[in-house]
Amino acid sequence: MKKEGKQTQGKIAGIIANLVTVEVDGPVSQNEICYIKLADIDLMAEVIKVFEKKVFVQVFESTRGLKVGMDVEFTSAMLEVTLGPGILSRNYDGLQHDLDRMEGVFLKRGDYTQALDYEKLWEYTPLANVGDTVLAGDWLGEVIENVMPHKIMVPFKFEGKFTVKEITAAGQFNVNEVIAVLTDSKNNEVKVTMTQTWPVKIPIKTFKNKPRPFKLLETGVRTIDTMNPIVEGGTGFIPGPFGSGKTVLQHALSKQAEADIVIVAACGERANEVVEIFTEFPELDDPRTGRKLMERTTIIANTSNMPVAAREASVYTAMTIAEYYRSMGLKALLLADSTSRWAQALREMSNRMEELPGQDAFPMDLPAIISNFYSRAGYVYLNNGQTGSITFIGTVSPAGGNLKEPVTESTKKAARCFYALSQQRADSKRYPAVDPIDSYSKYLEYPELQEYLKKNISETWIDKVLDAKNYLLRSKESSEQINILGDDGVPISYHLSFWRGEVIDFVILQQDAFDEIDKRTSLERQKFLLEKVLDICKIDFKFESFDEVNPYFKRIINVLKQMNYSEYESDKFNNYLTELSTIIDERK
Amino acid sequence: METKAFQKIYTKVIQITKATCSLRANGIGYEELAMVNGRLAQVVKIIGDVVTLQVFGGTEGIPTNAEVVFMGKPPVLKVSDDLAGRFFNAFGTPIDGGPEVEGEEREIGGPSVNPVRRKQPSELIATGIAGIDLNNTLVTGQKIPFFADPDQPFNQVMAMVAMRAKADKIILGGMGLTNDDYLFYKNVFENAGALDRIICFVNTTENPPVERLLVPDMALTAAEYFAVDKKQSVLVLLTDMTLYADALSIVSNRMDQIPSKDSMPGSLYSDLAKIYEKAVQFPDGGSITIIAVTTLSSGDITHAIPDNTGYITEGQLFLRKDSDIGKVIVDPFRSLSRLKQLVIGDKTRKDHPQVMNTAIRLYADAALAKTKLENGFDLTDYDERTLKFGKEYSDKLLAIDVNIDIDMMLDTAWGLFAKYFSKAEVAIRSEFMDKYWKGE
Repeated sequence: MKKEGKQTQGKIAGIIANLVTVEVDGPVSQNEICYIKLADIDLMAEVIKVFEKKVFVQVFESTRGLKVGMDVEFTSAMLEVTLGPGILSRNYDGLQHDLDRMEGVFLKRGDYTQALDYEKLWEYTPLANVGDTVLAGDWLGEVIENVMPHKIMVPFKFEGKFTVKEITAAGQFNVNEVIAVLTDSKNNEVKVTMTQTWPVKIPIKTFKNKPRPFKLLETGVRTIDTMNPIVEGGTGFIPGPFGSGKTVLQHALSKQAEADIVIVAACGERANEVVEIFTEFPELDDPRTGRKLMERTTIIANTSNMPVAAREASVYTAMTIAEYYRSMGLKALLLADSTSRWAQALREMSNRMEELPGQDAFPMDLPAIISNFYSRAGYVYLNNGQTGSITFIGTVSPAGGNLKEPVTESTKKAARCFYALSQQRADSKRYPAVDPIDSYSKYLEYPELQEYLKKNISETWIDKVLDAKNYLLRSKESSEQINILGDDGVPISYHLSFWRGEVIDFVILQQDAFDEIDKRTSLERQKFLLEKVLDICKIDFKFESFDEVNPYFKRIINVLKQMNYSEYESDKFNNYLTELSTIIDERK
Repeated sequence: METKAFQKIYTKVIQITKATCSLRANGIGYEELAMVNGRLAQVVKIIGDVVTLQVFGGTEGIPTNAEVVFMGKPPVLKVSDDLAGRFFNAFGTPIDGGPEVEGEEREIGGPSVNPVRRKQPSELIATGIAGIDLNNTLVTGQKIPFFADPDQPFNQVMAMVAMRAKADKIILGGMGLTNDDYLFYKNVFENAGALDRIICFVNTTENPPVERLLVPDMALTAAEYFAVDKKQSVLVLLTDMTLYADALSIVSNRMDQIPSKDSMPGSLYSDLAKIYEKAVQFPDGGSITIIAVTTLSSGDITHAIPDNTGYITEGQLFLRKDSDIGKVIVDPFRSLSRLKQLVIGDKTRKDHPQVMNTAIRLYADAALAKTKLENGFDLTDYDERTLKFGKEYSDKLLAIDVNIDIDMMLDTAWGLFAKYFSKAEVAIRSEFMDKYWKGE
């Protein structure tokens, strides 16, 4: 950053939509924040290009009414978030302004509300002792935020080793009160409060190391946990045409995944979808804490009608908040819907700056921007030996549903799990529409995860999963043959092979996200279900003619589906189980 | 919009394209309005002292010494209850021979609603059309377009939906409407005796295309007045959004912007979202529901306009001619109402979601059987039955001439299930089977 001193000033020299050129009288830095003075309001903007005395800034607001010659004040700081207790259960805009604190029904330009509550008193307990040597990110104390332990850390901006000189005793404090005094190697004193700031575009790297992730992250969604599991600290993406159920799947993940905290970045998507979260999460019981889900959730909302430039910022804001909680040794789940809208925001700006376009008019460095972003997720060991993680799952909205477009392709290179939503499955209402054959989880190939699954589920689990995938593939091939040659043009075994895949599809892959019981399947139940279904697949049923196959398997599927709708191991469930064995015995 | 006395008049235009002109001027606000030889224009670009204006009426015949006067404000609409029952052009000037509307001036294209001030939509809009109410239930505060080829009767269906929906105000934003279609709407509204709840902003094919860009913002500013100030439920009809997007591409092209997919501007998604996201349910009862039309070229939904629209709107309705029954139906496969989950089985009978899904699944089986038949394969008994079911389902439920209430639709579906299928084939949760199954 540049030297302290007189703040750089500037005057507007041109306006095209939200791209404003400013003539400046002093130094500026790339990504520096400035404020445009419009009558009694200040509009926030970010430097995105500098050309001699001319600075191009993207304005995070509507530029209506701006005039050439208006004053612009530069801040010397990049776009930063404010970190501290009180972030959970808040609804922020893309720049971390608290939406609930804003007045009126409509968003007003320049209505920048504070991110934290500076009045609230927190019950503070110290963790460090006088004389301890500490580094940036080390824990000094703790408060309880809703139900989560929230660590007060040595600010991330601190460089080098510090010694704890004073530490405040337990008590009630607001976020701005000093809770520790540290001294650096030259014996300079620095005061630490419960709050700090951090520039969103720079990753927080105060952890010791970042190993390959190896722990399964349970989501309760069968097509993910059983077939293509994601791990703690893993990355995944969900591309799919509109109407294929991206958002429903993401909402299911946010509600059910085994994470300590959930951060949802609603990036350029529908406002009503965010409202759904606003409405449901405060009501939803959280099985992990016995409280409400909203208490461990933060929402960053930049809906599609909110300013485009803030859309890009919103995903970075969300990631930085996730990194903050990871440093406390928590499991954070970050969901961004949709990263395509973020890429489009980049395209709009690049276009206005008349940069030479890459494919589909996206900026040339799009792949680099995307992989940089995904690389901020991960499982980490902190300096004190504790672990924390950010699992990141983004959705991609490919133009025309065509997966050969720049955003999907760039993301495929960066993310390790690929959950392809298929239009065909969506059309036939096979939800979640995750294509079982195209989708993959690279983590299944990690020896670390294999080891974990063997230990925590069963020795043969991975073989079973591969078996199931194999049945699905053969089922697809058989179905193609049947379609070409006709029902009676193929041996009965083809029909059998087709229907085995259908059983897996209907009973394991398909899941009713709106059914109280079916929406979340425990790992234990998933194990039971996969084994049950594979047992059925292995039986060489006897049929006289092909038209007996279809009704027979439909009966099997029907009973298994009724089971999915029943409480695990309840009487109802066990009755269906008995009914199932009777049906199976008919044709053994 | 008359020029006032003592305003500075510029007379030196330095650049003219088909949609824009530029001149040197100082102290001009971005998005400010101007008159260029009596034609309305808006500031779209300022570089130093060079101001570029988008001329809504087109630049045909604009001379380099045209008189340019800046109005010092962005486009506005005067809002009051007197808007009701009136017809306006894209600039908000009456075209029905009536007087100017007096009222509070409001900037059009105003700010967005704070998402935390919205309420989750939960009021069902009944249309009587089973293809909509049963399979793709509409909810107040929703935004949904008809995706239709130009030859399909989307204007008729939309007018029918508008008349049956219980809205306090119906606002029509017509863009590139043919004069015949405009008169059709006018007729329907008059015949229904609904004129006092109607407001129209119309740009017909006789008007310059760039004018269309004002229509949605005009219509939605009026809608916000009635929904926010008067707490009314407002239904906004926008037809045809494809022509709106075409106008956007004309302007961006004239401004030398690099086009993205299908020669549309890179900002198409944001431009369309700004309009559609005005659909909202407020906690105190007011609401704006948007039903739009996006015409397709021979059913291609991968084109940038329907594609971006699909990502913004809460579903889409497809019309299709079913040759088996000779009627237009609402296509159950490609249509979707995303907000239906908020009302079906809750505001409607509990069996609604399962009946809906089962009927569509069986209809999909019918489509497969039909393909088999066309390819010359033998049909199984099940195939035969699905075919018969498919035809009757199409005729009794999907056709747009159906007008019954939702319980009736559900009963009709149960009737068809029992007529053609066994319980195991229908496979609905047993609690509903026990209650509604119409067979033995």
